[in-house]
This record gives sequence, structure tokens and C-alpha cells, in this order.
Amino acid sequence: MRTKTNWLVLILIAVGTILILFPLYMTLTIALKNPEEMTRSVFAIPTTFHWENFRNAVNMTHFFQAFRNSALVTLCTVVLTLLTNSLVAYAIARNMNRKFFKGLYFYFISAMFIPFPIIMLPIVKLTSALHMTNLVGLTILHTVYALAFNVFVYVGYIRSIPVALEEAATVDGAGTWGTFWRIIFPLMGPINATVGILICLSTYNDFLLPLIIISDQNSYTLPLVQYIFQGQFNTDFNLAFASYLMAMLPMIIIYLFAQKWIINGVTQGAVK
Amino acid sequence: MTKRLTAFYWMTVPAVILFFIFMTLPALQGVYYSFTNWNGFGKHYDFVGFKNYVNIFTDNNVGNAYWFTFKFAIVTTILINILSLLIALGLNAKIKFRNFFRGIYFLPNILSVLIVGYIFNYLFSNVFTIWGKNSGISAFSTNILGNENLAWIGIVIVAVWQGIAFNTILYLAGLQTIPTSLYEASNLDGASRWQEFWKITFPLIAPFFTINMVLAMKNSLMVFDQIIALTNGGPGRATQSISHLIYTGGFQGGEFAYQSANSVIYFIVIAVISVLQLKFLQGRETDM
Repeated sequence: MRTKTNWLVLILIAVGTILILFPLYMTLTIALKNPEEMTRSVFAIPTTFHWENFRNAVNMTHFFQAFRNSALVTLCTVVLTLLTNSLVAYAIARNMNRKFFKGLYFYFISAMFIPFPIIMLPIVKLTSALHMTNLVGLTILHTVYALAFNVFVYVGYIRSIPVALEEAATVDGAGTWGTFWRIIFPLMGPINATVGILICLSTYNDFLLPLIIISDQNSYTLPLVQYIFQGQFNTDFNLAFASYLMAMLPMIIIYLFAQKWIINGVTQGAVK
Repeated sequence: MTKRLTAFYWMTVPAVILFFIFMTLPALQGVYYSFTNWNGFGKHYDFVGFKNYVNIFTDNNVGNAYWFTFKFAIVTTILINILSLLIALGLNAKIKFRNFFRGIYFLPNILSVLIVGYIFNYLFSNVFTIWGKNSGISAFSTNILGNENLAWIGIVIVAVWQGIAFNTILYLAGLQTIPTSLYEASNLDGASRWQEFWKITFPLIAPFFTINMVLAMKNSLMVFDQIIALTNGGPGRATQSISHLIYTGGFQGGEFAYQSANSVIYFIVIAVISVLQLKFLQGRETDM
């Protein structure tokens, strides 16, 4: 019995996906309709595609600027995180027998338990005093906060890489930095993929941090734009949904192409 | 060798300094301000000792936010775990198009929580109400987000819709670690499906159950984006979560010091719950 397809389960699973896809179907169709078509039927597939919704949304929310900001912050955060967090974790992982580094390990990972609201109020004062209420500040904060989780994940991984490799390199006269960049970092491919994917998702979709530190209109990220324009959206749902769809589309497209990687990456990050 | 050690110090020291400035220092400042009466923008403030803490325990808004947050977090955590375990079992069964379905169920995880909230906000006010009217159930013919007693359920629905994605994938990863030979053996012994689940499947995925419970609970206790997108804490303060209260009170209400005290308590609560959950669930893991 087990070797055959289980039809009952298949049907239940298929029905379940309708619940997942329905809100997305609504998003897509509403973004393509105009108010008249909405009054005829909310659910129907649009008869004519109103692409002007997208054009209007682009103009109103300055979509391309917000997209550029989001993409820039996400890309820089991913690169910076991969390069720096792995380095910190390497130094810790190879010196866990020393009090200083062991202490550092627990210092970093204990921050995973600190809920963001406790630092939220002071961080606003701090970033404005340091003139960091911009995209650069946002990138730095994302990278620094990522340390807590990433040190935990990276240290576990690096400790599974045999030290013998580095000792051989040291005998050949390579310095500690050179050993890391030339020997260890290239071996960290799988874990870098995991960390990179997690950071990409969390940075791109983050709303709270940009909300509290970004005040300049030209620096708004995509989620922040949706929040800021809510008041103006309220009268025009088609425009609003066009804007939502465009903000989600980059991640959906990446997901379509890298689905397997993303699912594996997220799983690895949590199981570690 | 000392040269090597120096290099290791240089690798960590800049990160430690930055981490201290942007993580530890603000946390300490939060604790410091919680003993003052600073409003967040004035030049002058006084030390008031434990006054903020004492006031928090008699503040209805704070009590209300804790009540909502816990009610929301417990219901959401339980629903997410039951549903995602069922879906994972389904996806792990012998079915066609498994990878396709897995891809669909995971999709919500990659979307912005805020935008998903806005989409559901519209669905609650303009789409679900149509079904409510057609089905004749009066409670659903109006927007439940506007109903003081039902609004929290709307937020649970959105959080569950999106939260299932991540937990399903984790449970699925757990299920795939179970060797099929175990099921073959239990089949020979004539075990029912139900016994099979409780005697084999569940004990073997216990570590995944622990991670999922702790993560879902922690995420739900921090609920913020959904509140902003769906109700903004309303109607009245019916759906105001703790983070939302700290945000609005601290930034807009001139209660910087007072909400700092609130966030210190909030931190202690989350830390205690996380540790208790881990202890309890890991204790059960070894029992099973």
C-alpha cells in the first residue's frame, strides 16, 4: 500500500496549497484590475490588464529609488556579513581553549535572547548622534546584529574543518590571514550559502529597523515605502496592490530560480 | 605562534567594539533610562528609582498589551505547530509533485511580513466579508479586524498563514531523518497508523519539535509588523502588542524612560520563557 501514491493525502495537500495561493492570486488580479472591474467581481480574472496601475505606483512611490535602496542595503549587508562574520567566527573557533575567545563566543550568542525593543529606543538616539540615519548606517547595523546568530552557526561549522589543513599551510609560510582567506574561506561554501540566504531574506524584508532610523525620503526601503504611502493607497486598492506586488516580486523571482537552495539554506540554518 | 595569536585578536576586536557600541551599550542605556523620567527629547531628567517599574505593574495599557501578546503567542504557536506537522506528514507521504507542493508551502516565508499584512488587511475588509454575507454567519459579514473581540483572531490567521512555511520545512527535514526500516518493522508488528505516529515518528522528531516551538513562540511574542499592517493596535487597544506599545509610547507618547522600563521587563520575560521552554522540551526529548 505504501508503494502506491496516497491519493487522499495528495488531495488534502493540494487543497491546502489553495489556501496558500489564494491571497497571492488576489494580489496579482487586483493589481491588474481597475475599480470598475472590481465592482463587477472581486474574484474574477481581469478581462483587460490595467498595466497603468504599475506605472502609477512606480511614479507615486518612487519605486525604482526604493528598489535601488533595498537592493543596495541587502547586497552590501550580505557581502559584508559573509566576509566579516566568518572571520570573527574563525578566530573564535580556533581559540575556544582560551578564556578571551570562549567568553566572546558566549558574549555574541547570548545577544540572540535580547529582544529588539529593548535596544530600539536608545539606538535611535545613538544613530542620529553618529549621523548614521542613512543606508550606510542601516547596512552596518544589520551586519553587526547578524553576528549573534552567525557566530553560533559559523563556529559550529569551522570546528568541523580539520586543523591539519591550516598547519600544513603554516608550515609553508602562510600567515593567519592568508590561511583564512586562501584555505578556510573557500571551504565554507555551504555554510556561506546558508548565511547569505538568511541574511538576504531578513534584510530585504526588514521593516522595523528602517522604520526607526531612516527619516530621509530618498533613503526609504521597499517595506518602508508601503507603510509611508498607506494613507494615499487607501483610496486606490489597485494601485496599492500593484505597489505590493512590485515590492515582493524581486524575492519571488529569486525564489523561483533558487528554490532548492533557499529551502536547504533555511533548513540548515535552523537545524545547526 | 604569538604573531598568529595577535592576528586572531585583530580579527575579533573591531567586531567586539562595534557589537558593544550598537548592541550592549543601547541595552545598558535602556536599563539606565528606565530609572529616570526622561521623555526622550528634553534636556532635563531626574532619577526616579523604581517608580517606572512600580507604575508598570498597575498600568492597564501594559497589562492589556501583555494579555493580548500572550493570548496571541500561545494560540499562534500551537496552531502553527499542529498545522505544519500535518502538512509535513502529508508532504513526506508517497505523493506526486512533492517538490512542487513543498515549494508552494514555503513561499510565504520569503515574503515581507508587513506587505502580507497589508494584503490580508484588504482581504479581511473586502473579500472575506463577501463570503460572510453569503454564508449568513453574521460575525463574518463585517470586517473582524474592526471588532474588538475578534480582531486578534485576524492577526492569528495572518501569522499562522505565514509562520507555517518555515516550521513545515523543518518538520519535513526531521521526518526525512527517520529510516524507513523502522516503519517496515512496525508494520510487521501490526501497529496502527496512530500508534506508529506517537511511538516512532513523534519521539524521533522531538528535537525539531523543540526548535519549532521555541522559534514560533519567540517570533509571536515579538509580533510587530502584523499589528502595524492590520490594526495598528486597535480597535481601541484591543490588539496592542508589547513591542507596539513600546514603539508608540516610547517614540510618540513621550514615555521614553517609562517604556524603557517596560522593555527591560519584556526582555526578562522572553529570556525566562525561552530558557524554560528549552529545559522543559529537552527534558521530554530524553524521556521519549
